[in-house]
Amino acid sequence: MLRDITIGQYFPGDSIIHRLDPRFKIVITLLYIIMLFSGSSYICLAVGAVFTFGAILLSHIPLKMFFKSVKPLIIFLVITAFLNLFLMSTGDVLWEWKFLKITDKGLETSIFMVVRIVLLVMGSSLLTYTTSPITLTDAIERLLSPLKKIKFPVHELAMMMSIALRFIPTLIEETDKIMSAQKARGAEIDTGSFTKRAKNLISILVPLFISAFRRADELATAMECRCYHGGEGRTRLRQLKSAPRDYIALAVTIFFLALVIVLDRIF
Amino acid sequence: MAILETQELTYTYSVGTPFEKTAVDHVSLKIEEGEMVGVMGHTGSGKSTLIQHFNGLLRPTSGKVLLDGKDIWEEKEKIRDVRFKVGLVFQYPEYQIFEETVYKDIAFGPKNMGLDDAEIKRRVYETAHDIGLSEELLERSPFELSGGQKRRVAIAGVMAMEPRVLILDEPTAGLDPAGRDKILSHIKSYHERTKNTILIVSHSMEDIAAFADKILVMSKAKLFCYDETVKVFARADEIAQIGLDVPQITKVFGELRRRGLDFGKEVYTVGYARDLLLKQLKERGASRC
Amino acid sequence: MENIIEIKGLHFAYESDDEEKKPVEVLKGIDLDIKQGEFVAVLGHNGCGKSTLAKHLNAILLPTEGTVTVNGINTKDEEKIFDLRQCAGMVFQNPDNQIVSSVVEEDVAFALENLGVPYEEMRRRVDESLKAVGMYEYRLHSPSQLSGGQKQRVAIAGVIAMQPKCIILDEPTAMLDPQGRKEVLATIHRMNREQGITIVLITHYMNEAADCDRVVVMDKGMVVLDDVPEKVFSQVDKLKAIGLDVPQVTELAWELRKAGCDISPEIISEEECVAAIEKLFAE
Repeated sequence: MLRDITIGQYFPGDSIIHRLDPRFKIVITLLYIIMLFSGSSYICLAVGAVFTFGAILLSHIPLKMFFKSVKPLIIFLVITAFLNLFLMSTGDVLWEWKFLKITDKGLETSIFMVVRIVLLVMGSSLLTYTTSPITLTDAIERLLSPLKKIKFPVHELAMMMSIALRFIPTLIEETDKIMSAQKARGAEIDTGSFTKRAKNLISILVPLFISAFRRADELATAMECRCYHGGEGRTRLRQLKSAPRDYIALAVTIFFLALVIVLDRIF
Repeated sequence: MAILETQELTYTYSVGTPFEKTAVDHVSLKIEEGEMVGVMGHTGSGKSTLIQHFNGLLRPTSGKVLLDGKDIWEEKEKIRDVRFKVGLVFQYPEYQIFEETVYKDIAFGPKNMGLDDAEIKRRVYETAHDIGLSEELLERSPFELSGGQKRRVAIAGVMAMEPRVLILDEPTAGLDPAGRDKILSHIKSYHERTKNTILIVSHSMEDIAAFADKILVMSKAKLFCYDETVKVFARADEIAQIGLDVPQITKVFGELRRRGLDFGKEVYTVGYARDLLLKQLKERGASRC
Repeated sequence: MENIIEIKGLHFAYESDDEEKKPVEVLKGIDLDIKQGEFVAVLGHNGCGKSTLAKHLNAILLPTEGTVTVNGINTKDEEKIFDLRQCAGMVFQNPDNQIVSSVVEEDVAFALENLGVPYEEMRRRVDESLKAVGMYEYRLHSPSQLSGGQKQRVAIAGVIAMQPKCIILDEPTAMLDPQGRKEVLATIHRMNREQGITIVLITHYMNEAADCDRVVVMDKGMVVLDDVPEKVFSQVDKLKAIGLDVPQVTELAWELRKAGCDISPEIISEEECVAAIEKLFAE
């Protein structure tokens, strides 16, 4: 059922990772990505892996959830692996058949690339697993707030994001209802020929759009009634306060990043 | 023979997850052909889940749904035919309207049945008449109509499939008294003309009391009772206990009974109450009347 | 007592996009004063103009003709619009379409955030409002996990947080089940009783109007009846003619009276009805 889809994949919890200031978490995630791409040797990747698994351990979220996050990318990973495996022609040949050949260098790079992507996905999943989408929006708004000076509509974008988040469950439920109602009138949605299904899709999309517009209209009036007038002079109930732990976490990340860069130079 | 029957019908949501919940729990009942049934139960009692089994939108976790004595899930590919025989009108059905004209929207169901144009036309005109939509409305865009009219267009869309059982989930929700009376009276005359079985889910006991021959009450996923209207409202105290209302007039006569004025337990409409009181007053030769 | 709302000669017409067509007049001359602390029900069938009237009370719509004054502020005074909206809060019919945030307490804070209320004060007012409507324990929930009645109570809390003098509710129970309806009505009655907030309840459910101080009945853009519930409901013929109901007990009394019984036409509660029938049989 559509209702089972969760957006953002947030796992509520109270671990140290959950409690970190979301602004720091975003910055740390960015540094983490740089870390993974600054090293080109196994030792650097190993350091990255230690960092990733350490953070996952601290988050108290079962490791299997992280492997799940990689699952949708398996095809992409396989393609990456094969491209690297067969296109790399330098190094000692390990296996050869007609025009295909595998070299030790090729094997090494493909393993390296796959591990790097897996780490990348797992690490960034940690951000969305431990931060609710709404907090994340908030943090992005505040991180981008310097851009307001150049008239970039930071507040408006964040407001749109948070309203979208608010209405996703409502619209999913609504889609579900409309689908059932049209099925009750004999519309074939999960069965039947492609053209028939596409046609029947209209019977779902039209009511859904109309309803979304109606909601938007009513919501706009309701917001106006509650004195909404843009981001100017707004105060916030959600306070983002950085604690010493945030600076420590940032310091640890920078240390790992430095370590990777140094190790990359040596090896 | 019963037109609809359930045998030990059970439905459990999200099996195997922490959200697992049994919404319908071993419900067995028989609905006879031609009956007008009121369905009551508060939100979460399982009544919506139950009615979605009647036309095969949901498949039982265990137990059976029989239509004309035949298990509807026996031939899975024919489940769509079941939906044409058991028409289901959802809550706020006007939100499912999508065609450019009223005619086309009412014709959507019959078209899906694969009927020819002449037959579709006959059905659209007939149901539009049944539900009180004038012919000149048929070529208008449904989105220009009033709320009450839109609701009737959507109901006509299901009626036009000429289902042998018509189920309506709160057809009067959100309408004003005039709109509500109009819809209920049109449904009633449709029932009288076609003699089809009708189930109406409603939160309004006054409405149910006014039209239903029988009442089906769901409570906490179980069938609380399914019986004639008189007999169900006679159990007013028990119904109040499971958190449902009884008509105001029934409450008044319950209180009178407690105070020693017993007029019987079958009072649930104003008209009946008036006639009863007037008769009793005459018999007693009351001077104030 | 002082008038919180004063409406004088209010006309309102929707401008048609089509210049050929005449504007559609929805409100045709309304005069209405509402006193501070009153609980007023505005009744009428769909399309009688009652929602349009409600939208005039906090300047969502402005009069074509006439004036609307709320707490001494003319709704046409653009500079005081936020004072006005703070003073007269609105609750709408569809609970889903007025909740802005994905977290209950943040939604309650929405108006305060817009008004720039400092954090400490905001925190205190949000908590108080949530407690007042009995939703405090749900403060960290997502609105999509709540029932309709609970969502409406959150919407009410969002209004109360502004510390308004008046709350206008536009058919707040129309989309709710009986349980939700009871919750919402109990909440607004409590706000009226305990905090002295003026309530304008727009509805077409007669039973909801029976417990009010005053009932205003509208038809075709005009006020046709304005009195205490007993007096208004006793006019069964008139109400039925404009497509409204009366409570079953009122209807029974009216029917009996028509048949020649000596029974008061001003019966609006079950208790009164029981007592009146007992009296008939007492002799």
